[in-house]
Amino acid sequence: MAKYIIKRIAMAIVTIFAVATVTFFVMNMVPGGPFMSEKAISPQAQAALNEKYGLDKPLSVQYATYMKDIMHGNLGLSVKQRGRTVNMIIGTKFPVSARIGGMAILAAVMIGVPLGSIAAFKRGTLVDNIIIVFSTCGIAVPSFVVCTILMYILSLKLGLLPTYGLGSWKNYIMPVMALALYPSSYISRLMRSSMLDVMGQDYMRTARAKGLSQTVSIFKHALRNAILPVVTYLGPLLAYTVTGSFIVEKIFTIPGLGSEFIGSITGRDYPLIMGTTIFLATLMVVMNVLVDVAYKFIDPRINLK
Amino acid sequence: MPKNKLSVQLNVEDFLLASDAERESLTVMRKSVGFWKDGIRRLKKNKISMISLVVILLVFILSFIVPQLYPYSYEQQIRGSENLTIMQYSQKELTSIEAGESVFPHILGTDNLGRDYAIRVMMGSRVSLTVGLVASAIILLIGSFYGSIAGFFGGWVDMIMMRIVDMIYTVPDILIIVLLSVAFDQPLKALAQRPGFQWIQLVGVNLISIFVVFALLYWVGMARIVRSQILILKEQEYVTAARALGASSGHIIKKHLLTNCIGTLIVTTTLQIPSSIFTESFLSFLGLGVAAPMPSLGSLASAALNGLQSYPHRLFAPALMISVIILSFNLLGDGLRDAFDPKLKD
Repeated sequence: MAKYIIKRIAMAIVTIFAVATVTFFVMNMVPGGPFMSEKAISPQAQAALNEKYGLDKPLSVQYATYMKDIMHGNLGLSVKQRGRTVNMIIGTKFPVSARIGGMAILAAVMIGVPLGSIAAFKRGTLVDNIIIVFSTCGIAVPSFVVCTILMYILSLKLGLLPTYGLGSWKNYIMPVMALALYPSSYISRLMRSSMLDVMGQDYMRTARAKGLSQTVSIFKHALRNAILPVVTYLGPLLAYTVTGSFIVEKIFTIPGLGSEFIGSITGRDYPLIMGTTIFLATLMVVMNVLVDVAYKFIDPRINLK
Repeated sequence: MPKNKLSVQLNVEDFLLASDAERESLTVMRKSVGFWKDGIRRLKKNKISMISLVVILLVFILSFIVPQLYPYSYEQQIRGSENLTIMQYSQKELTSIEAGESVFPHILGTDNLGRDYAIRVMMGSRVSLTVGLVASAIILLIGSFYGSIAGFFGGWVDMIMMRIVDMIYTVPDILIIVLLSVAFDQPLKALAQRPGFQWIQLVGVNLISIFVVFALLYWVGMARIVRSQILILKEQEYVTAARALGASSGHIIKKHLLTNCIGTLIVTTTLQIPSSIFTESFLSFLGLGVAAPMPSLGSLASAALNGLQSYPHRLFAPALMISVIILSFNLLGDGLRDAFDPKLKD
C-alpha cells in the first residue's frame, strides 16, 4: 500500500512538473515573449520591463528561476492588473469558484446516487424509464445551453432569480443547477449499472436469506459496494466542474477564478494564464491522487499493481 | 455374399459417391452469418439506434447538402434585413414580393448584420460535425496505433508507454487547449500569410490548435481500450500460427489483431464524436473556436446571449441542434456497442 501511494505521488509530481514545463515553453512560443505589451513603448522602458521580469537572461536561466519560483509557491506578477500578484488574484477568486463548484459536486452526488439506485430497484418500470431518459438527455446537453435556457426561463420570463452577481443565496441556484446537471446524470447512469450488478451478487441473496430486511440489506451491503464507481468518478468530476465553471461564471458574471481565467486569455495576461493553469492543473492532479488512494482504502480487493 | 466376420476387407459400398439426398442432409441449415451482417442485424432490431441513425443522416443532409442549394450564403449580409424574426420579410423584400418576384423566406430570421440565421445554424452544424469526425479520425489513428504496439510487445515497452498514457490522462486537457490556442494564435497567423498556407486562414487558428490537442492528448482513452483488447487477442492460436508461418509483427498487428478488435474501434470512435463536438462547442462558446465569419453552434449560442430578451430563437436554434447531434450520436454509439461489441457493455 505504502509503495503504491509513493508511486502515485511521484507520478503526480512528474505530471505537475510536465504541465509547468509545457506551460512555460508554450508561452515562450508567443512572439516577443509572454510579457510584451501590445502598445509601442520606448526601448528604455522595454529594457526596464525585461529586466524587471528577468527576460534579458537566456531561456534556460529564465526557466530555472520560473521553476524555482513555482516550487516556492510564487506564481509571479499580473501584467494587466498592476501591482497584484497572481497568488493574490487566485487567493481572492478561487474561494468563490470553490464554493459554487463544491455545491455543484455535492448536488450532483446527492441527486445522482439516489436516482441511479431507484432506477436499479425499479428496473423496467416507468420510473426507471423516466430516469434513463433524464440521464441520457442530461449528458447530451452542453452546460452553456443549460445555463442560457435556465436564465431565459427562470430570470427573463418568470423573473424568479437574478441573472448576474453573487448578492444573495438566490444567485447560487442557477449556476449550481447548470454545473450539476451533467454530472448528476452521469452519476445516476453509473449508479444504476453498478447497483444492478451488485444486486445480482451472491452476498445480496445471502443477506436476504439470513433474514435482513430489504432496507438494511440495501443500505448495509448494496449501497456500499455500488457506490465504488462513483468514487472513481470524483476525479473527472472535479475536472469537469473546473472547466464548467469557465462557462457558468462567464454567463452569470460571477467573479470567480473561471471568469478570471477567461478574462486573462482575452486580455493576454500571460503570467495570469500560466499561474492559473498551473494552479488548476495541480488541483486536479492532487484530487486524482486522493481519489485513487481513497479507492484502494475503500475497496481492498483491487490489486495494488 | 455373406461377410466373413474376421475379414479386414473393407466394405465397398462405404466408398460410393454420396447421393443428392445425402448431400442435402449434410449442408448447413442456416447460412453462416458474417461479423458485419450479424452486427447490422442486431443494430436493425434496436429501434432507438435506428431512429438516431436517421436523425444523424438528416443532420448531415441539412449541414452538407442543403446549404449548397440554399439561396442565401452564411456570410452574405443583406442590407435592410437586419434583426428580422422568424419568417419575417424586410420592407425591401415585401415590395419585391408585391412586384411579383419570389423571395425565399428567412425561416429563422436574420441576425444583427442581416445574415440569414437558418443557413448560419446549418453551417454551424457542418463545422461541429466536421470537427467531431476529423478529431475522432485522429484519435482512432493514434490511439489504435499506440495501443496495439504497447499491447503487442508487452514488457518494458508496454510499461513505459502506459506510464506516459497515465500521465497524459491526468493532464487537464481543456487548460492545455486554451493554452495552445493562445500560443499558436500569432505564429499560425503569420504562417497563413505565406504562400501555400492560405488554408490556415480558412480552417482557423483555433480549430488547428483544437486538432493538435486532440492529437496530443485525447487518444489515451482509445489507446487503453485497444491495448487491453490486444493483450487478450495476442494469446490466440491464430497469432501463433501466423508467427510460425513467418509473419512480421507489423503484419500480425494490422491483419490479425486490429481487424479482430474492429467492433471496439467502431464503438469507441462513434462515442468519441459527441465528446469532440462537446469540446469544440465549449471552446467556441468561450470565443476560442472557429474564425470569425464562419459560424459554429457554440459561437452562435454565445452571440445570441446578448439579445436573449428580444430574440430567444437565436439561442434555441443552435442549442437544440447541438443537443440533438450529441444525443443521437450517444444513442447510436450505445446501440453499436450492443450490436458489435457486447463485451464492452458495463
